[in-house]
Amino acid sequence: MVTFTLNGETKSVDLNPDMPLLWVLRDELKMTGTKFGCGVASCGACTVHIDGEPTRSCQTAVGDLDGAVITTIEGVETREASAIQAAWVELQVPQCGYCQSGQIMSASALLAETPKPTDEDIDYAMEGNICRCASYSRIRKAIHRAAEILEA
Amino acid sequence: MLHYLDKALTAPKPTRRSFLKISAGALGGLLIGGAIPLPGQAAEGETLITPFVQITPDNRVIVISKHLDKGQGTATGLATLVAEELDAALEQMAVEFAPSNPQVYANTLFGIQGTGGSTGIANSFDQYRQAGATARAMLVQAAAEAWGIPADQISIANGMLSGGGNSASFGEMAGAAGAQAVPEAVTLKTPEQWVYIGKDMPRIELPLKTRGSVGLYGMDAQPDNVLMAATARPPKFGATVKSVDAAEAFDMPGVRDVLQIPQGVVVVADNTWTAMQARDLLSIEWDEITAETRGTDALMAEYTALLDQPGLPSVTRGDAPMKMAAAEQVIEADYSFPYLAHAPMEPLNVTVLYDGDSVAFWTGSQLQTLDHGTAAAVLGLPMEKIAIHTLWGGGSFGRRATPDSHLVAEASMIGKAWLDKHGSAQPIKLVYSREDDIKGGYYRPLTLHRVRAGLDAEGNISGWNHRVVGQGIMIGTPFAEFTVRDGVDHSSVEGAADTTYDLPDMAVDVHHPEVGVPVLWWRSVGHTHTAYVMETMMDELAIAAGRDPVEFRLAHLQNDPRLAGVLRLAAEKAAWDTAPAEGIHRGVAVHKSFNSYVAEVAEISIRDDGTVKVHKVTCAVDCGVPVNPDNIRAQIEGGLGYGLSGILREEITMTDGEVDQYNYPDYTPLRIVDMPQVEVHIIPSTEAPTGIGEPGTPPIGPSVANAVFQATGQRVRALPFSKHGLA
Ligand code: FES
Ligand code: FES
Repeated sequence: MVTFTLNGETKSVDLNPDMPLLWVLRDELKMTGTKFGCGVASCGACTVHIDGEPTRSCQTAVGDLDGAVITTIEGVETREASAIQAAWVELQVPQCGYCQSGQIMSASALLAETPKPTDEDIDYAMEGNICRCASYSRIRKAIHRAAEILEA
Repeated sequence: MLHYLDKALTAPKPTRRSFLKISAGALGGLLIGGAIPLPGQAAEGETLITPFVQITPDNRVIVISKHLDKGQGTATGLATLVAEELDAALEQMAVEFAPSNPQVYANTLFGIQGTGGSTGIANSFDQYRQAGATARAMLVQAAAEAWGIPADQISIANGMLSGGGNSASFGEMAGAAGAQAVPEAVTLKTPEQWVYIGKDMPRIELPLKTRGSVGLYGMDAQPDNVLMAATARPPKFGATVKSVDAAEAFDMPGVRDVLQIPQGVVVVADNTWTAMQARDLLSIEWDEITAETRGTDALMAEYTALLDQPGLPSVTRGDAPMKMAAAEQVIEADYSFPYLAHAPMEPLNVTVLYDGDSVAFWTGSQLQTLDHGTAAAVLGLPMEKIAIHTLWGGGSFGRRATPDSHLVAEASMIGKAWLDKHGSAQPIKLVYSREDDIKGGYYRPLTLHRVRAGLDAEGNISGWNHRVVGQGIMIGTPFAEFTVRDGVDHSSVEGAADTTYDLPDMAVDVHHPEVGVPVLWWRSVGHTHTAYVMETMMDELAIAAGRDPVEFRLAHLQNDPRLAGVLRLAAEKAAWDTAPAEGIHRGVAVHKSFNSYVAEVAEISIRDDGTVKVHKVTCAVDCGVPVNPDNIRAQIEGGLGYGLSGILREEITMTDGEVDQYNYPDYTPLRIVDMPQVEVHIIPSTEAPTGIGEPGTPPIGPSVANAVFQATGQRVRALPFSKHGLA
């Protein structure tokens, strides 16, 4: 039995400890906001925050999560995340949208660390998130825009 | 294959009544356990105004999209067309995907229901405006009756009807409107009257896509009691199962069954992870008698030999050999383009529920009519017992549009094998892993080109010989009828054979070798390689003639003013006539595809490690009436990003028939660090709108390659760039 906090609520699950958090969320808890893209920590679609850190849930075994504080796209409510979501709509970032849960989780973690990121900061923080629709130039602009929103 | 089509096309034509039933079912009643939230709710039958527009009592206008939206923005485009003619308020607009029904929802350019070839808006522009205008007329007629005043005294603005001191919302008038006779003819607005068309329209589903897109994609379909399935498919294309030992897989807790179907061996489990883990525990012996066992080296050798042999003639115009013999200079070049995977972010998936009498599928269906017909053929069911619920696609780039409907065929087999064994229906979701996707075929075909082109004493082109070697994508599919002539698959030569450069003496021929690797259209299809060849060759010729690459192209574009127009605009906006900054090199390319015209000027530099950095791409596009300019910009940005990804590092290779790559670590898409700044300029136009999902892709490869030549003197003719240390 593993107990963690998920989007502010305490959850206990009794599952194979090797099962990745991604599939615990999606198939067991029916929370499908976190996406499966590669399963090998290469695309970022499955990014969640664990104790505030952006983390690839496809490579995080549920057995290691006792006591962890987990936030997913369904529950992310920080100032940074709200600014990112607003900028995402304002600049019409998503195309197919499938990567965007992960992009938003990575971008909001970046802003929490670095409120005024440079292009290099953005490259570094976002390089692990693939967008096959190549919405990258809008992602970059929207992160800068969200930083502005936060400053205001 | 064609019998599927025949069957679909001869299904009974739905009456208005039966459509209402289909529609209500598709939109609400048939949802498994009500557990899949779809955008919007089922509407009352009587509020359906036309097959394309529903108005709900709570005043929402639901546009029924016959097209899959997999990120290209068509859903919003169709809603815009309806809102325009209806004078609706944007906030009341919603979109649902249409049920499968080719009589009502055919792509008018395909004759079947389906999305692709950048035709979404092009084939819907009149139809959806007409639907909006029809709904408007019926609402006005209903109000006229209700208020006892002539129709011409009623006006509509922002979703409200008013006249003679009365006013009503669409929702209030919807029931009465649905009872009106459908007008025979309606008058559409003139372009000067447009309020929404031509403006930047926010995409209808984007707020949801910033909050987890709950319920949008097939991957997220969660019907009650759904089981997850993963299929072990043969490691070599065309192999079959000889024997299987599933004991270890069965021992894994959570595994429900292991099923053998013609496509492979399927593990059905409580969750996706268990299904995939248990699949790795299967020991399967494969029969390779019918398998493709050649590797890419062997194929390359065979294709290269074919470059020396005359192929099937595609274009024979003037006298290219004679012109070549008399030419001042002849330039010859061979090119190679690898197999490419589409690798959309949402892996392929489909949920099936089959009970022996009927079947339902939930998936990002892109060719509904073929999926529908395939299920009918595989399961032996009549068409009306099959429901295809189209969900939003997490990308496609061509991958979800398969003429053989292999995904639905496989899911049908799984549904049937389960029912045969267990005797009761069970929703089962078949999920591809990324490895299944990368190794699974349906690639852009491996393609070789050889071009010989002459220059006369004035530095103009005299004679163009062009040979292409590659599998024909359309051969053997229902689309062959329209695209294969005398053995030549037009999709292998499009963009070269139909070039609008003035080439009076041209010969194009083609070889279509038979290879057991399944191939498919990849964003912009044949243009992915033909544009690269045409536009790098034009560059070589210009430079050999001592002429400016833009001027040289314009001189050969006397008969294509729209292509010349985008080239001039991109050159002007990129300040082509001024020297670039220190260390920056420019290249240009211009190409027409899907009836749209795009020019791109790339600015690059070479990093210290010798790799290419693309800084900026300046684009000009002419796609007729720009229905939603911001979406056009987004599609050009994405289209060129996808094309850049393709030329830099993407390559599928095979060793003895087995694919060498497995996942994103070695089949490497573009990442944010490699994305250039993109500037898009749209030519104002009143021509009918044309495609935008694909036309941004073809020019990026050659514009970057031409810039690389400026920087290094090197001509990149074997792709991808990573082969040469350039990426
Ligand atoms: S699914 Fe976890 S990084 Fe791709
Ligand atoms: S928006 Fe489609 S993958 Fe990013």
